[in-house]
Amino acid sequence: MAESDQVILTMTGISRAFPGVQALQDVDFNLRRGEIHALMGENGAGKSTLIKVLTGVEAPDTGVINLDGKEVQVKSPQHAQDLGISTVYQEINLCPNLTVAENILIGREPRRAGRIDWKRMNAEAREILLRLDVDIDVTRTLGSYSVAIQQMAAIARALEIASAKILILDEPTSSLDAYETSQLFGVMRKLKSQGTAVIFITHFIDQVYEIADRITVLRNGKLVGVYDTAALTHLELISNMLGRNLVELENVSKSRTRRAQSFSSEPLMQARELGSTGAIEPFDLDLYAGEVVGLAGLLGSGRTEIASLLFGIDKPDHGTLTYDGAVVRKYSPLASIARGVALSPEDRKAAGIVEDLSVRENIVLAMQASRGWFRFLSSAKQTEIADKYIKLLNIVTPSPEQPVKNLSGGNQQKVILARWLATNPQLLILDEPTRGIDVGAKAEIQKLVVALAEEGKACIFISSELDEVLRCSDRVVVLRDQEKITELAGDEMNETLIMQTIAGS
Amino acid sequence: MAQSNSLWRRFTTSQVFWPLVALGLIMLFNAFFTPNFFKLEIKDGHLFGSLIDIINRGAPLMVLAIGMTMVIATAGVDLSVGAVVAISAAVATVLINPALGNTLIASDKLVENVTATPLPVVILAALVAAALCGLWNGMLVSRGRIEPMVATLVLMVAGRGIAQLITGGQIITVYYTPYFFVGNGYLAGVPFTLFIVAAVGLFAWLLTRKTAIGMFVESIGINVKSSFYSGIDEKNIKLLVYTFSGICAGIAGLIVSSNIKSADANNAGLGFELDAILAVVIGGTLMTGGRFSLLASIIGALVIQSMTTTMYAIGVPAMAAQAVKAVVVMVVILLYSEQFRTVINRLFARKEVQS
Repeated sequence: MAESDQVILTMTGISRAFPGVQALQDVDFNLRRGEIHALMGENGAGKSTLIKVLTGVEAPDTGVINLDGKEVQVKSPQHAQDLGISTVYQEINLCPNLTVAENILIGREPRRAGRIDWKRMNAEAREILLRLDVDIDVTRTLGSYSVAIQQMAAIARALEIASAKILILDEPTSSLDAYETSQLFGVMRKLKSQGTAVIFITHFIDQVYEIADRITVLRNGKLVGVYDTAALTHLELISNMLGRNLVELENVSKSRTRRAQSFSSEPLMQARELGSTGAIEPFDLDLYAGEVVGLAGLLGSGRTEIASLLFGIDKPDHGTLTYDGAVVRKYSPLASIARGVALSPEDRKAAGIVEDLSVRENIVLAMQASRGWFRFLSSAKQTEIADKYIKLLNIVTPSPEQPVKNLSGGNQQKVILARWLATNPQLLILDEPTRGIDVGAKAEIQKLVVALAEEGKACIFISSELDEVLRCSDRVVVLRDQEKITELAGDEMNETLIMQTIAGS
Repeated sequence: MAQSNSLWRRFTTSQVFWPLVALGLIMLFNAFFTPNFFKLEIKDGHLFGSLIDIINRGAPLMVLAIGMTMVIATAGVDLSVGAVVAISAAVATVLINPALGNTLIASDKLVENVTATPLPVVILAALVAAALCGLWNGMLVSRGRIEPMVATLVLMVAGRGIAQLITGGQIITVYYTPYFFVGNGYLAGVPFTLFIVAAVGLFAWLLTRKTAIGMFVESIGINVKSSFYSGIDEKNIKLLVYTFSGICAGIAGLIVSSNIKSADANNAGLGFELDAILAVVIGGTLMTGGRFSLLASIIGALVIQSMTTTMYAIGVPAMAAQAVKAVVVMVVILLYSEQFRTVINRLFARKEVQS
């Protein structure tokens, strides 16, 4: 078969500008039938914008899209679907209050005599999910399932759309555990063998090498290059993405060994038999100033639940929590901030940023909340604080007055970190601080965590990425099924042992 | 030059720009079709004219809009303000004339300056009653976790009943000149109501922009969960804005009852809640909460009042006035809609291509 026959999609000279940002500049992209094509780049590289242009969410300023040899103008997401381009977005765009079956087949419900044939609908939805090896009750509401299952339903929905020639998966694995990821890859390989072209966007470099045939790398809205996966080394890929050689990642791990000093003798925070029914079984935990404690475990293992208890989002119904020698009686974020505890939450969009407020306001928010209504930080003082953290954390923003929603994911995460650092916390709980952000920002955040511990702060570091937990932490608490299983330190801290513990063998 | 350009840009992108355009268009219409609209006269040392009229009659609405802005900015709404206007008016007039309008004019000659309660007490009592109403709303919304629309609907319906109980079901007329000053008086040649609006506006501005309250209100309106995680005291902020909205309604009630020298529990402030919401919407604050501008809402209230005055001035029959107003409001709101603007832009773009 000639090369040109294989090509199903070409995008040529695509440009798109937003106020203050050239999101895409003269980018070319092509896709062949039956290939898995990884789209890589840091946050702000233009991946999302390119996908939005392809799916009709944004119109390109210039450029041509050829689909199946015909020039097309994708007018809307609906139009993209009609053309056979289906997308599963990073943030799951489904309705948690509808059943799984309704979510999968919404808009294409099987009908009988003009009315929805519920029986057939449920059967069809079940069958579609079984093709993904997901066996669940499709008549339950989607919201009652884990994020991973919701993700699967989103993929099932995208597949269901008739004659999907191109499937776009935007960070599909960011909330999946290893088993679910391998399940997803199985599905992707099957689709590939059927001739579907898959665009795969991810930050997990290992996954790209596991599954992708070709890689397109973008940087700062420009095309860096298109590569065969087999012919590109990890290091080449990363340096292409970052545009610089990356030694920083390695340096983080080196600094950890140096940091293994003795901690202060009194624990800063002490949990005894602390638990909350249905969320986390009673657990003991001691946290010392100057150390980083990692929480490892699968999704739903109780990592986030521990963070919620320690920060006072949820109230325990069991056990005691002492902070700095005093028993904690008031559980609320405000009380925790006053104590010197900070939580950067897992869900950046829902519980982290306040979209329409400026970067400045987002940074001073928690600090101002702890000062109360009337001890108002003057706008000069606010700007001073914002500028300080913008510089310190390397936040990329045109000005402190920019609404935070206009920033890339990594920079939004840094804004949230800045918000908490401004409150001068003694205990910093970071729940998935590096999820969905680029390699460079990841390294910066990891370095920051280590530096904060060296300053004498206590940190709890939660992440789905084991190597990251190991690299940053002095101790690792391993969780399984809402229960604390064990704590590992020193030589015991290795991926194999942690994975064995999680697996329960 | 560059600086004046950026100032102009800041003005056109600010929240007050579109409400000002709307107001300007109404004024322009009047310049052509209403004779003597802009004429200002000085009679007995007081300013008179249509413009003064708009400000004077619009005062209650402007005060209500200030309170409503903060409520809407938290993603709430206060439907009870019209009823609270009636309660405040009822409390004030009953305290001045506790005989419910019967005995004081039993004698043949009209009694001019009679009150049963000193004026400061009258005003304070009316405002306290209104504040309690607002506090009640705030408790239902913040502690009871009731949807704002439902929570305030309770008082919207019950409030008129309460006002009726206070007035004993009668229209209470007062004969007390110092009280008339609130809604009809002039200070330095300018209507006293203008000073009230300015004072309430200034207070609200200081309260929201010179403390952290404004930022917290916006933060809650945009993302209540993130605000909670950041330690913002969401419940008390909501309690505050509903109470403040109640106080604003109380002030409006004083102006209204002073203006017409009586209180009618059934009709005082009727439909005010919708006009106040409309003023905030014209002012560009989203019903879903978030960024707000007090000044833009005040201008929004002026837009509504000048429309009403204009229609009376050019002789639109009272029955038709509401319909005409509705059409104008619809056009204004459509102009605000992002989607509508895109449609318009596309229409024009297509025409250019064809020609």
